Amino acid sequence: MTQAIKENPAVSNLRDFYRHFDNAALRDALRRMYLIRRFEEGAEEAYTRGLIHGTMHLSIGQEASAVGSCMDLRKTDYITSTHRGHGHCIAKGADPKLMFAEFFGKEEGYCRGRGGSMHIADVESGNLGANGIVGGGLPIAVGAALAIRKQKRDDVAVCFFGDGASNEGAFHEALNMAAIWKLPVLFICENNKYGMSVSTERSMAVKHVADRAPAYNMPGEIVDGNRIEDVSEAVMRATARARNGDGPSLIETKTYRIRGHSKSDRNRYRTKEEIEEWKARDPIGHFEANLEAFGILRKDEAEAIRTAAEAEIASGVEFAKGGTDPSPADLTRDVYTKGAA
Amino acid sequence: MSVRELSYAEAVREALAQAMEADERVFLMGEDIGVYGGAFQVTGDLVHRFGEDRVMDTPIAELGAAGVAVGAALAGSRPVFEFQFSDFATLAMEQIVNQAAKIRFMLGGKVSVPLVMRFPAGSGTGAAAQHSQSLDAWFAHVPGLKVVQPATPHDAKGLLLSAIDDPDPVMVFEHKLLYKMKGEVPEEAYRVPIGKALIRREGRHVTIVATAIMVHRALEAAEILSGEGIDVEVIDLRTLRPLDTQTIIESVKKTTRLACVYEGVKTLGIGAEISAMIAESEAFDYLDAPILRLGGAEAPIPYNPVLEKAAVPQTDGIIASVRRLVTGRI
Repeated sequence: MTQAIKENPAVSNLRDFYRHFDNAALRDALRRMYLIRRFEEGAEEAYTRGLIHGTMHLSIGQEASAVGSCMDLRKTDYITSTHRGHGHCIAKGADPKLMFAEFFGKEEGYCRGRGGSMHIADVESGNLGANGIVGGGLPIAVGAALAIRKQKRDDVAVCFFGDGASNEGAFHEALNMAAIWKLPVLFICENNKYGMSVSTERSMAVKHVADRAPAYNMPGEIVDGNRIEDVSEAVMRATARARNGDGPSLIETKTYRIRGHSKSDRNRYRTKEEIEEWKARDPIGHFEANLEAFGILRKDEAEAIRTAAEAEIASGVEFAKGGTDPSPADLTRDVYTKGAA
Repeated sequence: MSVRELSYAEAVREALAQAMEADERVFLMGEDIGVYGGAFQVTGDLVHRFGEDRVMDTPIAELGAAGVAVGAALAGSRPVFEFQFSDFATLAMEQIVNQAAKIRFMLGGKVSVPLVMRFPAGSGTGAAAQHSQSLDAWFAHVPGLKVVQPATPHDAKGLLLSAIDDPDPVMVFEHKLLYKMKGEVPEEAYRVPIGKALIRREGRHVTIVATAIMVHRALEAAEILSGEGIDVEVIDLRTLRPLDTQTIIESVKKTTRLACVYEGVKTLGIGAEISAMIAESEAFDYLDAPILRLGGAEAPIPYNPVLEKAAVPQTDGIIASVRRLVTGRI
């Protein structure tokens, strides 16, 4: 039924994105976006209630960038992620209950409770890890791409980073090496306008991060990071290029984090108006409206996706609460592979 | 066993070649390690034998290149990274300390980072303050890293092969003055275990624990002191982390005196760790004299050759200090 509408010549201006993915994949993308949103809200609530300690960096508002980047990737493709990495992790295929178990510091968590929010990883699904160091994942992604090349695979390494990281030396060194060796890397800059409190206007000599791509002889594309179709189409072009042996690309997704940088943020560097303006450009609302308009999703189906996401998050939190606390006797267990000193 | 002799640099090169022949995942990265052959001619002609894909010249970008090595190791390769001078590792500390050392632990033990880094280190070449440091203790302070410091051509080959086999990041410190030193090196691909010190000379009166080139100065000093009736035991530490505490403890219990001789800055160096370890151990009760540390001066390495020599322990100084330690005479 819905497929028929998609193929209706009356909807002739339908974007490639909606033609490339079948309806199940499109609905699943929306489901993942809701899962990320509810995950972040659930994590925030658990933190506020004192169930989780430490700090966390929420990606509410950036879901289209994460899901749009990952939805056409293979399990064997790698991603490296950032301190704001929960969304990337879910988008690449992680199970939210094992992520919650990690946040609760449990043995069942992805990192057995040793990593927490800032080091969340799911190596099985190709996520080589979030990173607590701004720019830390950039050269690592290039190295993973080098290994891909050495192993004669046609996989890619996708490196997420923020606008702030593009001012780090590691960014410039990583892009240069990826370019001179023509490695299969996608550099996806999620430009959410602020490196903590300092705006890109105050911290960057160029207007866009993508302006830096020509210095490394690679395409630099700017997309609306709150529109999943824009993100996904750009990423598909870049992955095709990378898998074809044509080298790396830089994609800048213009987006916004609705929450503060971390738990300490008092929003002194931006206005309520600005936040409201971006809230009105909600990536989930945009995508859902399109899916409904194109006959890909009914309202009741959307509601079912929301309900299912909420239930999955709630059961994930319960799973985490019932997890096993690590024993202090195992403190040094995983420092070395063979248990040396 | 062969009686063939190789230089230290040749021994390292042979280990690299044998590791690459045995395992196609192994490759080399570094600045000018290709046709140039490396700043100290360690990689030499390897690029002609293994090609540019396996002997990769990197741009002058220590941080980024170190990170590339970390990422490649994570994704199934076995990189051996050469720093042109150990001093340049300061540019790459982020990737070494925050990433390579911690990724396995942070990810709950679900991955390994089989990475080897080689660091030409030490003074004595007239290269002054930014090309002469001995920073090995910095790395030995980081859980997640292993740190070895081979003092002979034999150990340079054997420890490097062990490092390449190891599933965790191993930092290999090679003293630049040793590169031309010759010694017996078997042809087969043998291993010297990480974490095991070696008693190079047995003695009854005093234990010297030394690292890198100081092993040779300690052995020279021991030879001269033996003529005075002072019987020196010389331990070549070989691995800074994990530390072979047992070999040192047993030796000190036997000799009742301990001197630590190392080139890194004395304060908070490896000698401080060994001294403290002995003070905490059962060997403390056996001590007949205070523990002696001879380390690098509290100054950068100077250019002037007289000053440069004065900045790190030399054989004469070791002789005088150990003599005082044993005889109690000024």
